[in-house]
Amino acid sequence: METRKTIEADSAVPGAFGMDRRQFLKIMGGGILVFFIPAFPGQVQEALTAETGRLPKDFNAFLRIAEDGRVTCFTGKIEMGQGIITSLAQMLAEELDVPLSSVDMVMGDTELCPWDAGTFGSMSTKYFGPPLREAAAEAKAVLTELASERLQLPLERLGTKSGVVFDKQAPHQKVSYGDLTKGKRIERYLDKKPALKPKEDFTVSGKAVVRTDALEKVTGKTKFSGDVSLPGMLYARIVRPPAHGAELREADTSRAERVSGARIVRDGDLIAVVHSSPDEAEKAFALIKAKFSRPRTNLNDSNIFEHLLAVAPSGNVVAETGDLAQGRGLSSQLIEAAYRQGYVAHAPIETHTAVASVAKGKVTVWASTQRPFGAQEEVAAALGQPLQSVRIITPQVGGGFGGKTHNKQVVEAARLAKLTGRPVQLAWTRAEEFFYDNFLPAAVVKVASGLNQSKRMVFWDYHVYFAGGARAPSFYDVPHQRTTAYGSWRGAPGFHPFGVGPWRAPDSNTNTFARESHIDTLAAAVGIDPLSFRMAHLQDKRMIRVLEAAAKGFGWSSTTTPSGKGLGLACGIFKGTYVAVMGEVEVDIASGHCQMKRVVCAQDMGQIVNPEGARMQIEGCVMMGLGYALAERVRFRDGEILDLNFDTYQIPRFSWLPKIETILIENPEMPPQEGGEPAVTCMGALVANAIFDATGVRFYELPISPERIHEELKVHARV
Amino acid sequence: MITRIEFKLNHEWIRLSVDSERTLLWVLRSDLGLTGTKYGCGIGACGACTVLLGGEAVRSCTIPVINVKGKDVVTVEGLAMNGHLHPLQKAFVEHNALQCGFCTPGMILTAYSLLLTKPAPKEEDIIESMEDNLCRCGSHQRIIQAIQSAAKKMRR
Ligand code: FES
Ligand code: FES
Repeated sequence: METRKTIEADSAVPGAFGMDRRQFLKIMGGGILVFFIPAFPGQVQEALTAETGRLPKDFNAFLRIAEDGRVTCFTGKIEMGQGIITSLAQMLAEELDVPLSSVDMVMGDTELCPWDAGTFGSMSTKYFGPPLREAAAEAKAVLTELASERLQLPLERLGTKSGVVFDKQAPHQKVSYGDLTKGKRIERYLDKKPALKPKEDFTVSGKAVVRTDALEKVTGKTKFSGDVSLPGMLYARIVRPPAHGAELREADTSRAERVSGARIVRDGDLIAVVHSSPDEAEKAFALIKAKFSRPRTNLNDSNIFEHLLAVAPSGNVVAETGDLAQGRGLSSQLIEAAYRQGYVAHAPIETHTAVASVAKGKVTVWASTQRPFGAQEEVAAALGQPLQSVRIITPQVGGGFGGKTHNKQVVEAARLAKLTGRPVQLAWTRAEEFFYDNFLPAAVVKVASGLNQSKRMVFWDYHVYFAGGARAPSFYDVPHQRTTAYGSWRGAPGFHPFGVGPWRAPDSNTNTFARESHIDTLAAAVGIDPLSFRMAHLQDKRMIRVLEAAAKGFGWSSTTTPSGKGLGLACGIFKGTYVAVMGEVEVDIASGHCQMKRVVCAQDMGQIVNPEGARMQIEGCVMMGLGYALAERVRFRDGEILDLNFDTYQIPRFSWLPKIETILIENPEMPPQEGGEPAVTCMGALVANAIFDATGVRFYELPISPERIHEELKVHARV
Repeated sequence: MITRIEFKLNHEWIRLSVDSERTLLWVLRSDLGLTGTKYGCGIGACGACTVLLGGEAVRSCTIPVINVKGKDVVTVEGLAMNGHLHPLQKAFVEHNALQCGFCTPGMILTAYSLLLTKPAPKEEDIIESMEDNLCRCGSHQRIIQAIQSAAKKMRR
């Protein structure tokens, strides 16, 4: 599949600025166009009212069947490894009855694709899929009508397959989509809901296929932003403060200027060196002497939790049932605990990168971003240019996980291109990537809970600080419960010493760690197997089913913890998807080293479009989750980030890999739900619960690093 | 100092006039347009920049270009021969052993050099030689499977 026909620098459509609908449609050429609006909750209105500058506003995506029969889907969504370039194409191919290989995806190009809020929350398949299928069905209906005229046959006699319409009674009587489309200009706006293909007839959707972008990725041909090279392009390095909050006092660039070919760019707060080769730019950069003021915040990665509790705004009750006082009164056993999680980096292997060119007032930026349209606005604002003079093109993105919703590098590259009058490539160094990351926020959860005489939870008073409240309420059956949220996961000035933001399943990792750890603690307190204890407090059939499926796959046998075997489990709900994980850990008491041996994950995500893709996402979640569970914590002191590369900041490696088994639960009645994040939310609790089962020691703070285990076990042994 | 350096790149001899201290990674990427070799960390800690030097997987971000003088360098672009994918490339595709694909060239080349010395690696061998190649998307399980299946095919 060709995804990037439009990558050439000057492929900008001439006269495209301020284009109205008629002009816009004209550049699309002939063929059949179907426009539609994905049903993103709360985004539809936004999509319609967004100041897009030039694109028609009453649709948010469209597909085109060109005169050569090729089918193209234009969407503002981007591909960053999550595989929608394949799964969306699969859905389209399925409904339209064309081979997958004849589908092209044009993604994240603000000039060719309609406005889109951004690619996050893995909502693409869930909300984009159904209307995409409807649009395809509509296109197929148009094609069938055309064929009925052409072949002089009634509609009922016609069938579609592999890009042709044929006579069901005499299949050699047929006409291809390309032929039908030739010389035509047909536009349809999807307002009614056409009938969709029943799932029994699926031949492409729901089948495991090879990623359509895999071939280019294994041969090194895939273009990421940093692989875009423009004539006369300069590489940039920007002077950065040593700590957040530090301010520039003075900068001596005289020695850097003497490096042959190096040029210094200064514009207000921005000091950069540019050079035609990246390593020469780096060399000159190293010669710049900059002095900064150093703030004293007295905050570091150990005292941050006290700080957060001290500065927390007043709480909002986000859910409440029963009466807490009554619940407390009914309790014969009260158990309280506080759970903590440190800052975690996104650390995609591709750093934030952008290549910008400014020519004749038109700005074009190739950017690794999860929000191309956001980047367009930010660049326009920074450069003081009209929105429609800025085009963002998103090539393949080398991992995002929420971190590339921030577009600082895009604006910087555009500013430098404008200042130098030359195309500029800015690829952040790994240190810049860590420094400017918008981390998963450090957070605290305090739970007070109570059990009655018959070993049932009757009281649950849950307070979450800075990890988000929306998904904090427990789904367990507790008659008297309340959830109070203080601050949000998004961060706001004055709370965190640097940026925080969405990190894969933004509001759910810390909350799931706290809830599922605490449930295990309660189960252990009453001597009930953690699975049975959960089951006894569940009514939701989907949750019961995923737990049962995981237990069967894992071979869970009822046992009270700690059993010494190192078994653990956790479960959760994330955006309509139910997930349960079970696993086995081996703890080396002497070194504190933990090895997950096996993880079984059962997931009910509604209809499964691309099962292979779903499994890959789960496996990715398990590995990424082991990182924040066992090792990842950004260390800092007075605004200085102490972990700036992979030498000290450990992310999961091959030796960490457990045997991962995935169980996808068939639930075809429900439209596809979110698949890229649910499993990651359970990993902290899974690991903590398994370690408790292995050692009898409960860990209340993530990550549970070898040093912590070592320390705790020593203390424990002494007691 | 600008020096003339000759070396074999993807099976052909090339001659370059470059500052001999420059980093192989950037010479490959920006001067020679071989962008399949990636920057991930710049300190030899991630493996995204891996190339083959005389068949051995090395980290091009830590190698001055002068060090490859007279030697044989292969990047991911040079792996497929006569239009045929290398069995490792094929296996990575078939096993879906990639997501974003940014680590993939480095993974494949590191595996290539492993299979040169150990045509029938055990799982532990694979883990050991791949250990310092980082993948944030978590494709590890499939990468191991892909290497095993490529090894099997190559032994035939
Ligand atoms: S870029 Fe060379 S090892 Fe990371
Ligand atoms: S596939 Fe994305 S880093 Fe490995």
